[in-house]
Amino acid sequence: MPFIPHTDQEIDEMLEAIGIKDTDALFAEIPSHLRVSGLEGIPEGMTEMDVSRLMHQRAAENKQAVCFLGAGAYEHHIPAAVWQLTTRGEYYTAYTPYQAEASQGTLQLTYEYQSMMTALTDMDVSNASLYDGASALAEAILMAVRGNRKSKSRKIVIPRTVHPAYRKTANTIVGGQNIELVEVDYNRASGTVSLDAIKQAAGDDVTAVVIQHPSFFGTLEDVDAITDWAHQNNALMIAITNPLSIAILKPPGQWGERGADIACGDGQPLGAPLSSGGPYYGFLCCSQKLVRQMPGRIVGRTTDVNGTRGFVLTLQAREQHIRRSKATSNICTNQGLVVTASTIHMAILGPRGLEHTAAACHANTRALVEQLNAIDGVETAFSSPIFHESVLLLDRPADQVLEALAERDILGGYDLAADYPELGNAILVCATELRTEEDIMAYRSALQAILDVEIRHKEIA
Amino acid sequence: MLIHEHSKPGRIGAPQAPVVKADISDIPEQFVRKERARLPEVSELQAVRHYTRLSKKNFSIDTHFYPLGSCTMKYNPRACNSLAMLPGFLSRHPLTPDRYSQGFLACMYELQSMLCNAMGMAAFSLAPMAGAQGEFAGIKMISAYHKANKDDARKEVLVPDAAHGTNPATATMCGFTVKEIPTLDNGDVNLDALRQATGPQTAALMLTNPSTLGVFERQIEKIAAIVHEAGGLLYYDGANLNAILGKIRPGDMGFDVIHTNLHKTFSTPHGGGGPGSGAVGVAARLEPFLPLPLISKENNQYRSLTGQDAPQSIGYLSAFMGNAGVLLRAYIYMRLLGKTGMERVAEFATLNANYMMAEAKRRGFQLAIPERRASHEFIITLKKEASELHVTAMDFAKRLLDLGYHAPTTYFPLLVPECLLIEPTESEAKEVLDGFMDALEQIREEAKTDPELVTTAPHTLPVQRLDEVSAARNLDLAWKTERHPG
Amino acid sequence: MSEIPSELKYTKSHEWVRDEGDGTVTVGITDHAQELLGDLVFVELPETGTEMSAEDAVCVVESVKAASDVYMPVSGEVVVVNEGLVDAPETINDSPYDDGWLIKIKLSNPDELSGLMDADSYDVETAED
Repeated sequence: MPFIPHTDQEIDEMLEAIGIKDTDALFAEIPSHLRVSGLEGIPEGMTEMDVSRLMHQRAAENKQAVCFLGAGAYEHHIPAAVWQLTTRGEYYTAYTPYQAEASQGTLQLTYEYQSMMTALTDMDVSNASLYDGASALAEAILMAVRGNRKSKSRKIVIPRTVHPAYRKTANTIVGGQNIELVEVDYNRASGTVSLDAIKQAAGDDVTAVVIQHPSFFGTLEDVDAITDWAHQNNALMIAITNPLSIAILKPPGQWGERGADIACGDGQPLGAPLSSGGPYYGFLCCSQKLVRQMPGRIVGRTTDVNGTRGFVLTLQAREQHIRRSKATSNICTNQGLVVTASTIHMAILGPRGLEHTAAACHANTRALVEQLNAIDGVETAFSSPIFHESVLLLDRPADQVLEALAERDILGGYDLAADYPELGNAILVCATELRTEEDIMAYRSALQAILDVEIRHKEIA
Repeated sequence: MLIHEHSKPGRIGAPQAPVVKADISDIPEQFVRKERARLPEVSELQAVRHYTRLSKKNFSIDTHFYPLGSCTMKYNPRACNSLAMLPGFLSRHPLTPDRYSQGFLACMYELQSMLCNAMGMAAFSLAPMAGAQGEFAGIKMISAYHKANKDDARKEVLVPDAAHGTNPATATMCGFTVKEIPTLDNGDVNLDALRQATGPQTAALMLTNPSTLGVFERQIEKIAAIVHEAGGLLYYDGANLNAILGKIRPGDMGFDVIHTNLHKTFSTPHGGGGPGSGAVGVAARLEPFLPLPLISKENNQYRSLTGQDAPQSIGYLSAFMGNAGVLLRAYIYMRLLGKTGMERVAEFATLNANYMMAEAKRRGFQLAIPERRASHEFIITLKKEASELHVTAMDFAKRLLDLGYHAPTTYFPLLVPECLLIEPTESEAKEVLDGFMDALEQIREEAKTDPELVTTAPHTLPVQRLDEVSAARNLDLAWKTERHPG
Repeated sequence: MSEIPSELKYTKSHEWVRDEGDGTVTVGITDHAQELLGDLVFVELPETGTEMSAEDAVCVVESVKAASDVYMPVSGEVVVVNEGLVDAPETINDSPYDDGWLIKIKLSNPDELSGLMDADSYDVETAED
C-alpha cells in the first residue's frame, strides 16, 4: 500500500478503538448505491523504479533544442544552490505560515523577497506573490479600480503591445465585473504605443493605463510621458515589466515624475526554470497609498513579547477567509516555493550579477538580430530600441521557417501570425545570456540555408 | 539576521553571471537605470548558510506531524519532485510546438483522463493554478452555461454558512450575489432553508462534501434534486476530496462542476503556501466552457487546444499552461498509487481520523459533532477548557508547537467555538497519532496545574507570540537600507 | 458591561448617531462594537461629498482578525470625516463616542432619525448578542 504505514495488527487495534468491524463501516453514512466499487479505467500502481523509467522516457520525447523562444518565458542560468535549497523539505513541505512561531523560515524569507522586489522595482511595497504574470495583471487592474476613487468610468486602457496571453487572461478574470478594457493599437513603425493613441482611447475619464515595458515585442515604450499623462488625468499607472530587465532599465518606481502606481509581471526570469509554463509566480508591487487594496498575502515585521524581531502575515482582514464575499480577491495561496527559489536566486546573483545577466541578454539579442538581419529575406520590424527581444519579418510564412529550424534543433522564435496578422510573416526572437556566439551563428547559417534552399526550389519551379 | 544584514558593498557572490558587463550604450539614456538596485551583496556560502538556517525555523511535513484540518498535509513522495525536475521537462519552453512535446503532453492527457475516472466527470481542464482559481473557473463556467441558455435571471449563488471563505469570495468575483444557507447542528445542510432559497434566480449551489465540519452530507441526493429541479447547477468544492477518493465520486453524487486541489489530494507540495493546482472537471453539458488549454489526442498525437477549437471556452487563466510542473508531480503520484492505491486513500485517511476521534472521546475531550462518523477530519471543541481554565484553542495550538506537533486548524469552521480541526491524513502511522493525543492530554493537565505555561506558549521556538496588532498598525513590509538619493 | 450613552441613537448594526440639531448628525461605532472587534488597526473612510442611503456600507473598520462594514444609519451626504483616525485607528478603541467618531452626515431625510433605537432598546439588543 503506497505511503500507508499501517500494519494489519494496527488496523485491527484501530478498528477496535473505533468500535467497528471493518473499514467499510467508516463509510456507512454514504448512501450505498452511490458508492463506487473501484476506480475502473485507472492503471494499476507502479513501483518507483518503473515510474522512473516511464518518466525518463517521456522526458526524452520532448525535443531538446537551442532555444531562441521568449515571449514571456525565458531560459536563464540558475545557480545549482537555488533549487537544492528550495527543495529542502522544510521549505518544500511546509504550508502557509498561519502558525507564525513555527514558520519563521518561510515568513522571514518572504519578507526578504518583498524587500528585494521593492528595491528592484523601486516601489514602496510588494506582496508575497500571485500565481503568474498574467493573473497578476488581472489583479492589478482590479486593484486599480478599487483604489482610484477619482475615476468613475472603470475603464482601463491597455495597448496591444501588452502580451496577448496577459490580455486574454485579464479578460477572463476581470470580465463580468463591469470593467471596460480598451485596447489601443501600436505604431507600425516603432512597435510601441504612442501617447496620442492612449489619449484618444482614454476619453474623459480613465481609471488606469497599462504599459508593458519592455513590451511584448521587446521594444522600449515612452514610459515617462505616458506615466505623467496618466497622473495628470487622474488615472493610475500600471506597469508590467520583466524583473530582470530593470536591473539595467529604469524601474517602474522611477517612471515619469511620480513613478508607476502598480508594478507587476512574471518572476520567472529570476530563478524559475521554463518547465512548460509553470510554476512561475506573479509579482505585484505598489505605492504605499494602495497597500490596503493589494490582494494576496503580505508579510510584516514585528516583535514578540520579549522584543525579539519576528515576522507575521499581516493585513489578513481583507482576505477571503475573513471577509468572505467582501474580500479583495478570492486568492488563498501565493507561489511560495517559486518565491523561495527566486529569493535565493537574487541573493546569490546579487545586484551586479543581475545587471550583468540583463546586459548580456541585451547584447546577445542585438548580436542575433544583426546576424539574422544580414540574411536576404529577413528584416527587423521596428525601429525602437529593445531589451532582449525583437520582431523579425520574413519573406515567407513564418510557420514553415520555424518548422524547418526546429528540424535542425533550433527553436527559432514565436510565430506572431495568430495574434498580430497585420505584421505578415513575423517572428519574435530572443537570445538570453545562455546563447553563445556559436548558437547565434548556427541560427544564422540554418536560417540562411532554409531560405536559400527554398529560393532555389522556387527558381527551379 | 536578514540576508540584507549580511551584505557588504562590493561583495560578489559567485561566477553566476558574465564577469564583464556587456555594452548597453545603444540603449538611450532615458531608459537606463541610474543606480544599481539595493539588493544584498553576499557570498554564495553566506547565502547557502543563511537559507539553510532559515529553513530550520520552519515546521514541515518532512520534519513534523502536521494535522492541519482542511489542508491535507500528507507525505509528498520525493520521486514526484525529482522526476518532474528531469531536464527534459524543466527545459521545455511553454511555446514549444506540440509535435516536439509529446512526452509532456502525454502526461497531461493521461492526468486529465485519470482525474475524469477518479471523479466521475466527463472532462477535465488542468488550467487553474490553485483551488481558488479552480473555483473561479467553475463558477465562471456556470455563468457561461446559463448565458448560453439565455437564462439570464440566474444571479444568485447559494453557499452553506459552514463553507470556506473562498466560496462566497469567488461567487462575488464572478458577478453573483451570495445567499447563505444555514447548517443544522448535526452538520447537514438545512433542507427547508435550501428549498426556500432556491428558485429561478439560482445559478448554483457550492458545496463541500464532506463538509468543513468533517461529516458527510447524507442528503446529497435530495440537495442535488432541489437545485437541479430549480434549474441550478451543483458545484463541488474539492477541498475535502481526500475523504472520498476511491469510495464515492462527485459525478455520481450529481455534481456538475468540481475543482480539485492537487496539492492536497494528489500530494503536490504545499511549498510554504503554493504553488497549488486546481484542475476543474465538468459534466458533459458544461464541457464546451472548460478553460484553456486542454490536451486532446488525435491519431495518436497529443495536441493543445486553443480558442479556435473551443469557441465557447471561458478562456485562459494564465499565460501558458497553469502550474505545469505541479501537474507533473500529481501525475507521478497517481501513477505510483495506481488504481488500488488510490482506492485506499480515503479508507486510511478516514480510519486515522476516526481513530483519533475515538481516542479524543476516550480521553475526555468534547467533540463538536459526537454522534456522527468523522470523515478524514474531525473537530474537538475546547469550549469547556476555555471557560473553566481560561485556556483557549489558540493556547493549545501554540503549546502543541513546543511539544513538536504542528497545530491543527483553529478558529475554522467559524460555527464551532474554540475548535481544533484535526486532519491526520492516511500517511501517518498509529504511534504518531497516539503521540499527538498524549500531547493534547498533557496540555490539558498543564492548563490545570500551570496555565501560564500554556497561555504564554510557545517557549522553545525562535520567537514567542508575535505582536500582530503592531504589525498591522505600523506596517513594515520591506527592509530599507537607506533612502535613494533624489 | 459596555457603555451606552443615553443621549445618542443607535442601530442594530452597532452604529451610534448624535443629532447635532443643525440638519447634520455625527456617526461612530458603539463601545460594544469596538469590544467585539478588538484592537483596531485600520479605518477606511469615505470621500466627503459622498451621498448614500441608509444601510449602505460607508466605512470599513479593521482589526487583526476581522474587518467590518459600518453602515449609514440615515440617508444623506458625508460632509466631514475624522481624518485623525487614519493614523490612529486605536482612538476608536479608546474613545468610541468622542474622539473616535467616524463621519458627519448632512441629513437628506430627517424623519429617518425617529426610526433609530434609543439607548434602552440598544441595551436590550446587545444583551441578546
